[in-house]
Amino acid sequence: MNGIHDMGGMQDMGPIEYEKNEPVFHAPWESRVFAMFLAAGAWRKWNLDAFRHTREVLPPDDYLRVSYYEQWFSGLRDLLVKRGLVTTAEIESGVPAPGVPKATPPLTPDKIPAVLPNRIRAKRDVQVSPRFEVGQRVRARNINPVGHTRLPRYARGKFGMVDRDHGVFVFPDTNAHFLGEKPQHVYSVRFAARELWGEQAPQKDSVYLDMWDDYLDPA
Amino acid sequence: MTTNRRDFLTAAVTAAGAALTPEIPHTHTHDHEHQAVPSDLTLRVKALESLLVEKGLVDRAAVDALVDTYEHKIGPRNGARVVAHAWVDPAYKARLLADANDAMSDFGYLSKQGDRMVVVENTPSVHNLIVCTLCSCYPWPVLGLPPVWYKSAPYRSRSVIDPRGVLREFGLDLPADIEVRVWDSTAELRYLVLPERPAGTEHLSEEQLAALVTRDSMVGVTKVSPPQPGSSS
Repeated sequence: MNGIHDMGGMQDMGPIEYEKNEPVFHAPWESRVFAMFLAAGAWRKWNLDAFRHTREVLPPDDYLRVSYYEQWFSGLRDLLVKRGLVTTAEIESGVPAPGVPKATPPLTPDKIPAVLPNRIRAKRDVQVSPRFEVGQRVRARNINPVGHTRLPRYARGKFGMVDRDHGVFVFPDTNAHFLGEKPQHVYSVRFAARELWGEQAPQKDSVYLDMWDDYLDPA
Repeated sequence: MTTNRRDFLTAAVTAAGAALTPEIPHTHTHDHEHQAVPSDLTLRVKALESLLVEKGLVDRAAVDALVDTYEHKIGPRNGARVVAHAWVDPAYKARLLADANDAMSDFGYLSKQGDRMVVVENTPSVHNLIVCTLCSCYPWPVLGLPPVWYKSAPYRSRSVIDPRGVLREFGLDLPADIEVRVWDSTAELRYLVLPERPAGTEHLSEEQLAALVTRDSMVGVTKVSPPQPGSSS
């Protein structure tokens, strides 16, 4: 989706505001939202791509205005309802619907050390032939899907070089919508800064993007 | 105010549901007043937590433990230990650059088969910078959760088109002959910069070196400074 979240290359967003000695969370509610999202995520009813998409579809002015963890809160509620873990009525009332058996077992503290290093779970150990090899010249496809994608606008149609093959991963464009994992190779692709931004860019500089097979054509 | 954050979030959920059917226009209404985090939000987060606990979906002790983990246990000190170890042990550095998961599993920060990480090395001729233009991807296991500036629109938007300008905002003015490589974390690889070891640190222990390594240097927005005269290291 050509949304406000896809902001690579925009220039009018203001100075970077740096906070010295920044706390991990700026309010207790932020930490609870963050941790609830991880704890509820352990049911594996959604994936990270789907979560990202809940934030991308926020109206653009809201996306820019509200705080990061408010976006998370909104996304968490959205996924809990969409994936059938709670109902809108339960969120409104704050009380479980009568007669619904208690879910079990939730993520418990003892399981956390094992869960965190494998939180994203996007790599797949399946045999899929790579369409490209390291050193190959490629062109990012010019696609404009209305759903989720991880191909930023600023790279579409641009020529690059495959720098390395990271192996096989789930495909966000389908995975975000629960339309299948479509596992395929992901590559680091090097794009010269001049290819992306024109002749005013420094000659040696570059941007590396991670690209799925379905984002690339041979060039 | 006639509408509040509750209206916003309700609208957001509705909008999220409508997003896959683009013919339905967003019909939300809300105001644009800035305000401090409303206590209303605090209450609604508490209400959701109570609901999830009551439904058995979330164990409150797990929520407490997760908060504690990211507030106190997982943070840039993890990454600093990895960097310092790579500085003193060339064989470890080679492993780290070839297979960061394998090398970081030595410290227990990553598992060999778990979520993937890539380490990119700064040298006298190459400077690396990490960004996630599309959201907020960041190497949690070694840096903890990202600071607000990393997730902000100014950093995300400009890092790819004007990395040198961004670096100048952080006080780093790179010479023109240095090659800048920006890594936009568009997939499920998380990037960490291995900064250059500063000159004049030959006498320092690995622990003292780790104390010099900052979060920002491992994102690539700064370099590691040599120890200040008179400091404890």
